[in-house]
Amino acid sequence: MAYDASFRVWRGNTNGGELTNYKVSVNEGEVVLDIIHRLQQTQTPDLAVRWNCKAGKCGSCSAEVNGKPALLCMTRMNTFTEDETVTVTPLRTFPVIKDLVTDVSFNYQKAREIPSFTPPEGLKPGEYRMQQVDVERSQEFRKCIECFLCQDVCHVIRDHEDNKPAFSGPRFFIRQAELDMHPLDTASRKRDAQEKHGIGLCNITKCCTEVCPEHIKITDNAIIPMKERVADAKYDPLRWLGAKIRGRQPGDVE
Amino acid sequence: MSTTEKPAASNDGTGVFSPGRARISAKTLRVDNWWVQPTITFIILLSFVIYSTWRAFANADYFSMPYLSPFYSPCLADSCPPGSQDFGSWIGSWYAWSPALIILIFPLGFRMTCYYYRKAYYRSFWMSPPACAVAEPHKKYSGETKFPLILENVHRYFFYAALVFNVVLTWDAIASFRNPQGEWGHAGLGTLFLVGNATLLWLYSLSCHSCRHAVGGRLKHFSNHPVRYKWWTMVSKLNTRHMLFAWLSLFGVAFTDFYIYLVASGAITDPRFF
Amino acid sequence: MTDFERHQYDVVVIGSGGAGLRAAIAAREAGKKTAVVCKSLFGKAHTVMAEGGIAASMGNVNDNDNWQVHFRDTMRGGKFMNNYRMAELHAKEAPDRVWELEEWGALFDRTPDGKISQRNFGGHEYPRLAHVGDRTGLELIRTLQQKIVSLQQQDEKDLGDAEAMLKVFAECTITDLLLDDEPGKGKIAGAFGYYRETGRFVVFDTAAVVVATGGIGKSFKVTSNSWEYTGDGLALAMRAGGTVLNMEFIQFHPTGMVWPLSVKGILVTESVRGDGGILKNSEGKRFMFDYIPDVFKAKYATTEEEGDRWYTDPDNNLRPPELLPRDEVARAINSEVKAGRGSPHGGVFLDIASRKSPDVIRKKLPSMYHQFKELADVDITVEPMEVGPTCHYVMGGIEVDPDTGASPSVQGLFSAGEASGGMHGSNRLGGNSLSDLLVFGRRAGLGASAYVEGLGGNKPTAKEEDITKAADRAQAPFTHEGGENPYTLHQELQQTMNDLVGIIRTDAEIKEALKRIEVLKGRIANMTVEGHRQFNPGWHLALDLQSMIIVSECVAKAALTRTESRGGHTREDFPTMESDWRVVNLICSLHGNDIEIVKQPLPIMTNELLSLFEHSELEKYLAIDELKDHPEAKR
Ligand SMILES: Cc1cc2nc3c(=O)[nH]c(=O)nc-3n(C[C@H](O)[C@H](O)[C@H](O)COP(=O)(O)OP(=O)(O)OC[C@H]3O[C@@H](n4cnc5c(N)ncnc54)[C@H](O)[C@@H]3O)c2cc1C
Ligand code: SF4
Ligand code: SF4
Ligand code: FES
Ligand code: FES
Repeated sequence: MAYDASFRVWRGNTNGGELTNYKVSVNEGEVVLDIIHRLQQTQTPDLAVRWNCKAGKCGSCSAEVNGKPALLCMTRMNTFTEDETVTVTPLRTFPVIKDLVTDVSFNYQKAREIPSFTPPEGLKPGEYRMQQVDVERSQEFRKCIECFLCQDVCHVIRDHEDNKPAFSGPRFFIRQAELDMHPLDTASRKRDAQEKHGIGLCNITKCCTEVCPEHIKITDNAIIPMKERVADAKYDPLRWLGAKIRGRQPGDVE
Repeated sequence: MSTTEKPAASNDGTGVFSPGRARISAKTLRVDNWWVQPTITFIILLSFVIYSTWRAFANADYFSMPYLSPFYSPCLADSCPPGSQDFGSWIGSWYAWSPALIILIFPLGFRMTCYYYRKAYYRSFWMSPPACAVAEPHKKYSGETKFPLILENVHRYFFYAALVFNVVLTWDAIASFRNPQGEWGHAGLGTLFLVGNATLLWLYSLSCHSCRHAVGGRLKHFSNHPVRYKWWTMVSKLNTRHMLFAWLSLFGVAFTDFYIYLVASGAITDPRFF
Repeated sequence: MTDFERHQYDVVVIGSGGAGLRAAIAAREAGKKTAVVCKSLFGKAHTVMAEGGIAASMGNVNDNDNWQVHFRDTMRGGKFMNNYRMAELHAKEAPDRVWELEEWGALFDRTPDGKISQRNFGGHEYPRLAHVGDRTGLELIRTLQQKIVSLQQQDEKDLGDAEAMLKVFAECTITDLLLDDEPGKGKIAGAFGYYRETGRFVVFDTAAVVVATGGIGKSFKVTSNSWEYTGDGLALAMRAGGTVLNMEFIQFHPTGMVWPLSVKGILVTESVRGDGGILKNSEGKRFMFDYIPDVFKAKYATTEEEGDRWYTDPDNNLRPPELLPRDEVARAINSEVKAGRGSPHGGVFLDIASRKSPDVIRKKLPSMYHQFKELADVDITVEPMEVGPTCHYVMGGIEVDPDTGASPSVQGLFSAGEASGGMHGSNRLGGNSLSDLLVFGRRAGLGASAYVEGLGGNKPTAKEEDITKAADRAQAPFTHEGGENPYTLHQELQQTMNDLVGIIRTDAEIKEALKRIEVLKGRIANMTVEGHRQFNPGWHLALDLQSMIIVSECVAKAALTRTESRGGHTREDFPTMESDWRVVNLICSLHGNDIEIVKQPLPIMTNELLSLFEHSELEKYLAIDELKDHPEAKR
């Protein structure tokens, strides 16, 4: 079952770099990360790569394999033919640090711009009561392992560096959706989604959903519902009228 | 170990070539046939646009008792042939163009602002992006934040309109259980087309994201609204197939119209079942 | 002198797992300027991998549960070697720590009446584990991470700088603790480390360090642990004069994946068994019924029928033996495989497919379903899994004061989480780690804050020459020529530990291991690293290896010393549990290059706590004269 595979790995740093060819052996059941480790062990000990769990749980080993954003530890070698050259590069939306490692601080910055969970005042720990049906939607989004593959693939920032300040990205749209759908969150988040986080820049082309290793339905279950909620709050004259009559803000909790 | 690729001699320094990012000369390193899907989408959508433009402007061969083409329904002009004006002639006699043009804005607007079709045409027509992790050709991008694309936010109103149209087209399907003389209790191959068309349109509209939002999606506490939660659950199930229904209903409309065109123009005769 | 960056903090927390983050939150909330330093990115610490749940006797599912029951279970699981005070604090405070997570945004699975749902787990008498599907650790880490972000947002509002009071230094490895005097005499004065990204050195001036660096599994070949688990914190503490205890107790989780080879060791959560999964050998036999030890005979079902009834009617039936504490199950699997009744790839079968419907399996065990689907091409709703023991958790760790997490031997050194020892005795119950992280993380954060408070203006200062020494030590692997590559040495160490100090141990094998460790020590001291300091994994491993070798030696020496079998320490040549050994903690410390082991008496449980147990049960573990004050004692 073992064979020698051709690999092309991007080596370099901010000053430049190149795709470098390697021949390396592959055994049954292995994933791309195993091969990268084998390269470290046998050919190039300083090849930089991030990883932790090797089980698709931590979201560290994000890179691009044959041009597609993927977790190295979850990309099985048997998805390639034996004579295929496998190309591995760092994420191409974020600044590179070295080899396969990129600077993902953009995402931590954006995380800090979203107001935290805001429980109702006076509710004491231990007194929280929530129904399973009410938490399920948000639970889907909390499966996120912060691999940032969705952020990487999103053309809004991948292809337009200048949009970075205005756009939080799919990972943080699901975070907003999570909080907006949280049965006990009291903050109002809909206008922010549009005005501060740039959900309007998303054109729902669904690449984020395609790459999400946790199979979170980012577009269908978070972005589009958020866009609809934004429409409730900002673009729907009838709801505006309805809210005024009931003396509320459009887009308030129902 | 050897080096295969030299850094690109020139690139425009934006997008994946922005300063700081790994310097890779290729716009995409995808090796699969990523262009196949947008190309197919492009061809089909374009064919539909050409076909429907021709048919909408044709102003002919859209009615053959009891079948009215969905492109022309409801037929609201005086020029509509007798038997096709089930909803009256509101427009009057001054109107000389094709009656399809009066109403097509609604189904067209519905599909143009549909979350699925947006994806489809942004990818295949606008190439923004053509496929995932394939660089788009545009220098600037403002998504749906500016006129005219900010208007995509009115999708829900087109959805409400679509429901009205579905009622009309359902009526057309029911009305097709007649014979050419207008007697009830008969059906032909055209009936199947109209029934199929109406069914697919219902599936398409009910699986709409705005519908999902309206029936229950906007709620914070499902547990306080058990009935709406049930609706939401059902619509959510349909919603996972929204793309499928979008295509099927598109084909449904086109083939129904084409069938009626064939019958109305006399190219074929409608086989009658009973 | 190499250049370095320098920061001043009141408290520096090493580690951003559950323990580290909880400690940092406590320190920050106590008003201390706090840094969190961690080897990987923020939110990726090992805790994300925890699956099954977090144990707390909230009594939401069975209201018979309370802290006393939890305490008893914990002590039984640890074979009465736990530090009783830690077990007591843990059982009492765990519910508050879980509830507090909800306040910070955690979304646990719910009971029908809207409370936090709790699931069954090995060794826990009642359903006790709060959980979110099988990704509880992720929920815990993300919640704490988001709590930290919210504190930073507050600081941004109040002070104009989000990182003014609480800053995370991600991808930064601490390689030395700095003292104001010799190890053994000095107080903590700072910490020295390097940024993985750039290789640049950094010094933290701080009076209090909380070591929350997690475990040591990477010294073993087959392990559920990630590369982070190199035992750095233990080595840091020992080099600074701290002591480490119970290192012979290592938990081998009974169910790790065994195939394909590249994922061998990856954990299969115990919830599979908690939710109805059963273990079978190649003959199709549910073999666990043959392995119920005497001390547990009264607590476990003896027939399959009764075991099966328990899932639906736990009050009137005994639980199936698949849910025995982990050490028992791991040993049983080991024996089955040795007896030739193993699965094709050297494990046994774990079957949930024939017990639950595919929908239920996918709903309750989503990550297990994906893990097997994607890594092994096995559909667990149709086929059984192949599983075998994997090195999972170290019960031993830095010796601490139960109430404050303070090291008894080095002032200013605190520890919590898997890096600290004592709480779990000789064997940890599933779910007791996540709660341990929160309870003692918070206590260590508070302890460190109080210590700094107590110092007033008298903060110890690090010796400059120590900084230079630390920098030299870190760079040494670049200066050696012709030495071996760290990857090879790491593999050899892992193989040695796995084969010779693994799940079943003998005197001869451990001695052989020690011999090899001695040789490896020399080779490690001379290894060579290529390239430069910018994100260089070879170099990172080289430095981590220096921790692993110290820790491995502790494990081997302690294992050699303890001539009995108990919990996570099984000696083939001394197969029984001895009450004389129960009262002995083995304490390791570092002197120059040598590990020294001393015996220290285990703290004696208060009579109040002792009375929570029946005399007849205690007799199995304790010597008769230890029981003379028990209310049922026969005079
Ligand atoms: C697969 C798996 C499943 C588990 N499931 C459960 C479960 O269901 N229930 C349960 O209770 N327990 C479970 N456990 C055990 C539990 O997850 C761990 O014991 C616990 O997470 C340890 O947390 P910690 O805070 O001590 O350290 P960790 O979360 O491991 O964090 C250690 C931190 O220290 C940092 N660090 C280490 N060395 C250095 C250094 N030199 N410099 C700077 N930083 C450093 C690391 O970067 C990391 O941030 C499981 C463990 C595994 C492996
Ligand atoms: S759907 Fe929106 S957020 Fe997701 S990748 Fe596309 S543009 Fe980005
Ligand atoms: S949403 Fe999915 S792709 Fe995006 S960061 Fe989270 S896990 Fe990764
Ligand atoms: S290493 Fe954790 S997701 Fe790949
Ligand atoms: S989303 Fe497609 S029709 Fe509304």
